Amino acid sequence: MASVTYDHVVKRYTADVTVVKDFNVEIKDKEFMVLVGPSGCGKSTALRMLAGLESITEGTIRIGDRVVNNVAAKDRDIAMVFQSYALYPHMSVYDNMAFPLQMQHMPKAEMDKRVKNASRILGLDNFLKRKPRALSGGQRQRVALGRAIVRSPKVFLLDEPLSNLDAKLRGQTRIELQKLHRDLETTFIYVTHDQVEAMTMGDRIAIMNAGILQQVGTPGDIYDHPANLFVAGFIGSPTMNFVPVTTSDSSAKASGFEVKLPKSVPAGKGTLGFRPETLTDRVTDSGSKLSMKVDVVERLGSDQFLYGQVGGDQVTARVDPKLKVEPGDSVQLGLDTRSLHLFDAQNEQALI
Amino acid sequence: MSVAAARQVESTAVRFSPKWISERLGRVGLHVAVIGLTLAWVVPTLGLLISSFRPFAAIATSGWWTALAPPYQWTLDNYSQVLDPATSNLGTAIFNSFMVAIPSTVIPVTIAAFAAYAFAWMKFPARDWIFLAFVGLLAVPLQLTFIPISKFFVDHGIVPDNLSSLGLPPWLGLWLAHAGYGLPFSTYLLANFFRALPSDLFESAEIDGAGTLTVFFRIILPLSVPALASLVIFQFLWVWNDLLVALIYVGGAPEVAPLTVNLANLTNSLGQGYQLLTAAAFFSMIVPLAVFLSLQRYFVRGILAGSVKG
Repeated sequence: MASVTYDHVVKRYTADVTVVKDFNVEIKDKEFMVLVGPSGCGKSTALRMLAGLESITEGTIRIGDRVVNNVAAKDRDIAMVFQSYALYPHMSVYDNMAFPLQMQHMPKAEMDKRVKNASRILGLDNFLKRKPRALSGGQRQRVALGRAIVRSPKVFLLDEPLSNLDAKLRGQTRIELQKLHRDLETTFIYVTHDQVEAMTMGDRIAIMNAGILQQVGTPGDIYDHPANLFVAGFIGSPTMNFVPVTTSDSSAKASGFEVKLPKSVPAGKGTLGFRPETLTDRVTDSGSKLSMKVDVVERLGSDQFLYGQVGGDQVTARVDPKLKVEPGDSVQLGLDTRSLHLFDAQNEQALI
Repeated sequence: MSVAAARQVESTAVRFSPKWISERLGRVGLHVAVIGLTLAWVVPTLGLLISSFRPFAAIATSGWWTALAPPYQWTLDNYSQVLDPATSNLGTAIFNSFMVAIPSTVIPVTIAAFAAYAFAWMKFPARDWIFLAFVGLLAVPLQLTFIPISKFFVDHGIVPDNLSSLGLPPWLGLWLAHAGYGLPFSTYLLANFFRALPSDLFESAEIDGAGTLTVFFRIILPLSVPALASLVIFQFLWVWNDLLVALIYVGGAPEVAPLTVNLANLTNSLGQGYQLLTAAAFFSMIVPLAVFLSLQRYFVRGILAGSVKG
């Protein structure tokens, strides 16, 4: 049980290849922290530096109060679950889970107790004698988790542990992992490229892009107040609508409509952002009215998304699933102006 | 047309479609090739076996297959002669061959396994260059090395007589020579195999607290049984069948010479002793066969390892 601190951490492979740039995060004790970002953003490298699998070029990483830069991976008191599970193919499930304990020269009785306990938690009791190749993907994944649990580490590191599972199992395992986190009361650091996993599982989320930390916050915070254009576009599905606008005082003018902004901003160019769920078929007096020419209709049963043009801009709207709309139609939509975002045209930082 | 008749027509169409025919032909071709290869191997083996039970006069005048028809002329003379210590040293030669082949297999494979682990998974300066130089030795002809190595062995007393008088096995020099000749290929083969193992396994083991040697003995070796088995087969067969290297480094003295040297001595240049050769050759063949058959399970598994992984 411990906090984890990244203090001005840099990872550089060669003089001009820097994969993690000035990374600063403090992960609290018992927190479920998700590192999320597109592939190649440096999130896995950040995790592997903490695990001790990659050297740290600059800065310090602390687990609790201890600086671990020069501590061997095995002495950091961490456990890691790999995307490929990295099970030892020639060992039984039991031996796979017992392996880290054997390495610590733990007495047999204690080892047996811990392995049995982990297998009970994960529902692996009937598979202890099997080899990994005789298990399904979900079972293998649980063995990998079991191998981490038996050590009762201070920090759990999970590197895209769900990406090899099919969609249904992924949903289930997401819930099981959250339960596990609650039961174990340990710090979890979870790396994923999937924003749904990040939003549903993280106590807090750290979003990275191109080696740079973009924003850290609770899922709600990040969804409602994205710090910049990248975060706004990365979190949320379908993605936020972005429309180029010209601002003057507290109004923003796009090619097909004009909205009142909740506060005044300097005159100039910007990007207006609003999520599809704020553009609906409920036209209210307080909001703005838009006319959309529909290109594509997506009916999901619970929702209906319309993709089309407003003026010269491509936008997405979420409307009542009962509403009858066909491609080619023109529909009147209402924009809820209470949750608008405005981003600077140059540095892409949020202005509102 | 009834439903059954319609189905009949349909299945006939499927049965004689161009795809069906080409698949069938492909399979027939494969079977013909496999049977052909098997015959090409079995027939001479059978010939040798049968010849070894025929008298010298018969071997010299007619083909081995004539023995299968009357008048039968089977004899055990050849075997009793080669096994008779008075006329031949076959027993000693077989013993010597094992004393040469086993260490000459174990030593290079062991060293190669350690070296391959280092080349595949450890980071040290100029690793790839050293590996390249190592593999480059594959291209050096064996014969080039005879004079410098012989000179070195003689200068340092690594010759059978001297080794025996020191109480050391007389084959020590030969073991070292075979180890040296076998190492480049062994290291190359194993390094490639080790490199193909997923790196996650090693990283996971590292976090689990396994040191370098633990990873080697508990993870790499068990996973490399197929590669090791293939290598043991190759190296053992090469050493067992080798005549030249043995002749150069231990010479033809019967108390140290392996089976191949003994075989060469059995027959003289006039072709006498031909009948003895058949019996002795069968002894020399049966050992590699036994080695191959006992390890072929791993051999096949090694070849299939990638494809059946699920």
